[in-house]
Amino acid sequence: MKIIVLVKQVPDTETNIKVGDKSINETGIKWIISPYDEFAIEEGLRLREKNGGEVIAVSLGPDRVQESLRQAYAMGADRAVQIKVDNYVPFDTTLTSELIANFAKSENADVIIGGRQSIDSDSSQVVVQVAEALGIAHIAFAVSLEISGTAVKSTKEVEGGTQVVETSLPVAITAQKGLNEPRYPNLKGLMAAKKKPIETKTPADLGNPTSKIEVVGLEPPPPRIPGRKLEAADAKGFAEQLVKALREEAKVI
Amino acid sequence: MSNVLIVGELKNGELKKISKEITSAGRKIADALGGKVTALLIGSGVEKFAGDLGAVGADSVVTVNAGDFNAETWANLVAGVIKDKNPSVVLLPHTSQGKDYSPRVAVKAGAGIVADVVGLSVDGGKVVAKKPIYSGKAYGNFKVTSPVAIFTVRPNSQEVVQKAGGGAVEAASPAAGDAKVKIVSSDLSGGNKVQLAEASIIVSGGRGIKGPENWPVLQGLADVLGAALGASRAAVDAGWIPHSHQVGQTGKTVSPNCYIACGISGAIQHLAGMGSSKYIVAINKDGDAPIFKVATYGVVGDLFEVVPALTDEFKKVLG
Repeated sequence: MKIIVLVKQVPDTETNIKVGDKSINETGIKWIISPYDEFAIEEGLRLREKNGGEVIAVSLGPDRVQESLRQAYAMGADRAVQIKVDNYVPFDTTLTSELIANFAKSENADVIIGGRQSIDSDSSQVVVQVAEALGIAHIAFAVSLEISGTAVKSTKEVEGGTQVVETSLPVAITAQKGLNEPRYPNLKGLMAAKKKPIETKTPADLGNPTSKIEVVGLEPPPPRIPGRKLEAADAKGFAEQLVKALREEAKVI
Repeated sequence: MSNVLIVGELKNGELKKISKEITSAGRKIADALGGKVTALLIGSGVEKFAGDLGAVGADSVVTVNAGDFNAETWANLVAGVIKDKNPSVVLLPHTSQGKDYSPRVAVKAGAGIVADVVGLSVDGGKVVAKKPIYSGKAYGNFKVTSPVAIFTVRPNSQEVVQKAGGGAVEAASPAAGDAKVKIVSSDLSGGNKVQLAEASIIVSGGRGIKGPENWPVLQGLADVLGAALGASRAAVDAGWIPHSHQVGQTGKTVSPNCYIACGISGAIQHLAGMGSSKYIVAINKDGDAPIFKVATYGVVGDLFEVVPALTDEFKKVLG
């Protein structure tokens, strides 16, 4: 079974973001694997452990993404591929999907799995777009996954609950929290990962798709409505003030 | 001509508020571009909602008769209507369903897409979409350069404006195609509650609620307000409430008008999920908790005293 796991490198949640004109200022940023993609890597490894085959970790971006690919190696990936895009725009989902779909096609992948969204753009687009581009099935928000032979069974989160769905390979999956608990790479794995090769592909190798998005500009978040702490003698006093504030000042209730 | 197509969404046979929100947003865009707004509704018996969408700006409504939601067939139906109507702008809901089928629509239509949009304006004949990025620590403005531009719009981000459209209703029957994924069973036991991601008011609890037996304290307030019940990661990881209630980075992103955080300290991962709420109320014993930095109204106090008092007070004024 050939499994492609998608690894997006994003700024750590705790990182202070400084906004530039059309991108962020990368100085001082700590980069991590987008948390949902860790569920995807883990699930890829579990599928290989059960069904055999190989796990290929793929990341788009400049050379810094090799660090995330080495982490995927340390967790247990068999191959790592950087799609080298120097001025990678993390919000350009159709360009990203086309590159990944063309790579997946060249590998004849059985399973493509990525996080349900990345924490920098929150778009929830790439994996399902890849499925559409390849003309294969997809399961979004998977919280369980069983593959035996070519039969796929999964529980997915839907509004108000869950659904059990069935399909057959090839399939694209988006990993939701609950699917598994990602393993930590151990020291030995981290050391070994340093020496492993990282294959690189360029957009030219993958059909040279064009962007359909123009970044007009980035800006800091809008200022919050200034806040204040309420003062009251007791709970009833707080409650009266809050009700008044929410109804007469904020007018939201 | 720069026409706008919006795709509405239903739940349990009722029109969702997001459908009106994106119709109003579509109207604003169409007025700026000099085009018409067509609303698409998929489901059975959806004709009865045409007037509701006409009242908030749809010039016409296209209805497609279909059974239960399936991302693949829905994408085929929507793409079929896009092909037929040839809009230059398409607005879809950034809901659980929207995230499931919108990526397929974008690829089928050969369209660029900007997802999770909270602001829409027009500049130089093109829509500029604004969305929170990097967990709300920045905002980005984007244009789509392909002939069809698709945007998925975050619930509660657009105002519903009464503005009469034409109201013509047309039934269409684009090809649904076959789905490769079959739905075997559904457990929608949480389905009748107010949905977290689309709720306009959320009452949320964290470690400060101390245990699963205390949710009724918050549920009482939520019931009075018609609010959804949320939770922090701490409360979910402790096993006090299912993950489907989690707000934050590894939970749901929400943008309600009012978010009432009870016993939530306000870790950065939590703020990432609720920081764009319009008004934030924080009730916490620890006056130094980070949640107070984003709160519009802060109450330093015991939630087990303040929340019941608040419930009583709202009962009084809301009758």
